[in-house]
Amino acid sequence: MLRYFLKRLLSLALSLLAASLVIFLALEVVPGDPAAYMLGLNAQEDTLNALREQLGLNGTILERYLSWAGSLLTGDFGISYTYRTPVSEMIGDRLWVSLPLALYALTLSTLIAFPAGIWAASRRGSYVDAGVMGVTQLGVAIPNFWFAMLMVLVFAINLRWFSAGGFAGWDAGFFAGMKSLTLPAVALALPQASILTRVMRSSLLDTLGEDFIRTARAKGLNKGQAMWRHALRNALIPVLTIMGLQFSFLLAGAIIIENVFYLPGLGRLVFQAISARDLIVVESVVMLLVFAVIVVNFAVDLAYAWVDPRLRGRR
Amino acid sequence: MSLLFHSRTLLPGAILTFIFAGAAIVSLFWVPYDTTVLDIANKIKSPSWAHPFGTDQFGRDILSMIMVGARTSIAVALVAVGIGMLAGVPLGLAAAARKGGLLDEVIMRMNDLVFAFPSLLIAVMITAVFGASALNAIIAIGIFNIPVFARLTRGAALSLWSRDYIMAARVAGKGPARISVEHILPNVANLLIVQGTIQFSLGILAEAGLSYVGLGAQPPVASWGRMLADSQTMISFAPHLALFPGLAILLTVLGLNLLGDGLRDVLDPKLRRARV
Repeated sequence: MLRYFLKRLLSLALSLLAASLVIFLALEVVPGDPAAYMLGLNAQEDTLNALREQLGLNGTILERYLSWAGSLLTGDFGISYTYRTPVSEMIGDRLWVSLPLALYALTLSTLIAFPAGIWAASRRGSYVDAGVMGVTQLGVAIPNFWFAMLMVLVFAINLRWFSAGGFAGWDAGFFAGMKSLTLPAVALALPQASILTRVMRSSLLDTLGEDFIRTARAKGLNKGQAMWRHALRNALIPVLTIMGLQFSFLLAGAIIIENVFYLPGLGRLVFQAISARDLIVVESVVMLLVFAVIVVNFAVDLAYAWVDPRLRGRR
Repeated sequence: MSLLFHSRTLLPGAILTFIFAGAAIVSLFWVPYDTTVLDIANKIKSPSWAHPFGTDQFGRDILSMIMVGARTSIAVALVAVGIGMLAGVPLGLAAAARKGGLLDEVIMRMNDLVFAFPSLLIAVMITAVFGASALNAIIAIGIFNIPVFARLTRGAALSLWSRDYIMAARVAGKGPARISVEHILPNVANLLIVQGTIQFSLGILAEAGLSYVGLGAQPPVASWGRMLADSQTMISFAPHLALFPGLAILLTVLGLNLLGDGLRDVLDPKLRRARV
């Protein structure tokens, strides 16, 4: 197990290194000089040079990469070209919206999907199964930002239960904050919950068709016992894979949903930064989200080994 | 033909898919109204006989816009799934065949790397560098599809490699490449079809999402996502502007998913036996 863990840890570090290189090089090829952009057309050459020096824009590509990656490790993302404030502060503020939103949605999605998937699989072919599958068909097919707009129309504009957008802020209290995140989280969670329900159901049904389940039934376990003791754990691997994949969809989806609800999260930040050509902010937000996805992926790999001991042995 | 009625989902899925694919094809030759011509006198009209889905804020016919938008959505998603499958499946098969080897390690780490960039982030980076376009949306969604298919194929293939019949094939002297193609691929095809439909529908949804935030197809190319973005500020007094493009996305994706489910029912003898 320790060897498996160390091997995964090494690949985690390599992935992060490779991802940071890709992001740095991709945005490095962008034409234009941030210093000239910040100082305007009439800037003096020596002022430009001084600013380039301050922003770390002088030097070779390798030097710039090393200084950028080095400061990332210490939590220093640099200074925003347009706002002139530390990027880490800007991201820190926004993270308090985006991260709770993604976690809220993930929780909702899991809480819906596990019971619904198990329920449908255990009543295969019944009206329950058909009903669950029908609802998930719609849930998978609905664009979440459109669903969000419809919810705004119904719950904010007509019923006035929620505000149509904006974030109350955590200073207004935990429940006020959660309330502003509820419609966005439901919109984010619905498609993910539907996909996860379907994966849970089909994976369980596949497992229930295996020989070892027949053996378990033959030795006297009833359907429920066979399911809980043997099938569920074996069915979890595809479910974990999808949950790992979904985290990145949640983060990406959060970027879009934040735009529907005008939430001051990372998504709004990155689009403002794109239109202002504030590339250091784009670079930092992308790096942060990619970092999150890689770490979650690492956790899923460890979870595989926990669910399926054979994987530990073979590695 | 009897296969069409074998599954409850195949026929409705095929019909929905046919309608939208048909609308996209017809729009190449004919649309009720020209979507590039503005008609301000008829702006924001509710559905009527002349304009079944109403008109938008520039007086353009929404039915015509949806027909043209179908072209954009289907083309982007189809090419993106093609990229993902053509690159991802062989990589996954190769990685599973040489599990733990250098090839497996390199393929999976590269996959992890690509996989760490959700399609929206790839699109954000491409847009920051090259600007927004439908082509960039295809590239972003397509790149993200590669590791999805590679990981799925590898995972499924790995569990098959420990089966007895694979051992039998090895004893019979078949090499890993031949076993992968002759024995592994047919057995993972079912999973690939299901994932293919999920990715196709996700592709349509992703295209819509990218256009919605302005990273996809640019004006004057009509796109469902941008129609929704334009309608957002008017939703309280003109909900039909948001209703029809959203329904178009929903029904297209639903149709594709039902079609995929139906195909799986028909193609997979194991599931068919189980149902009977």
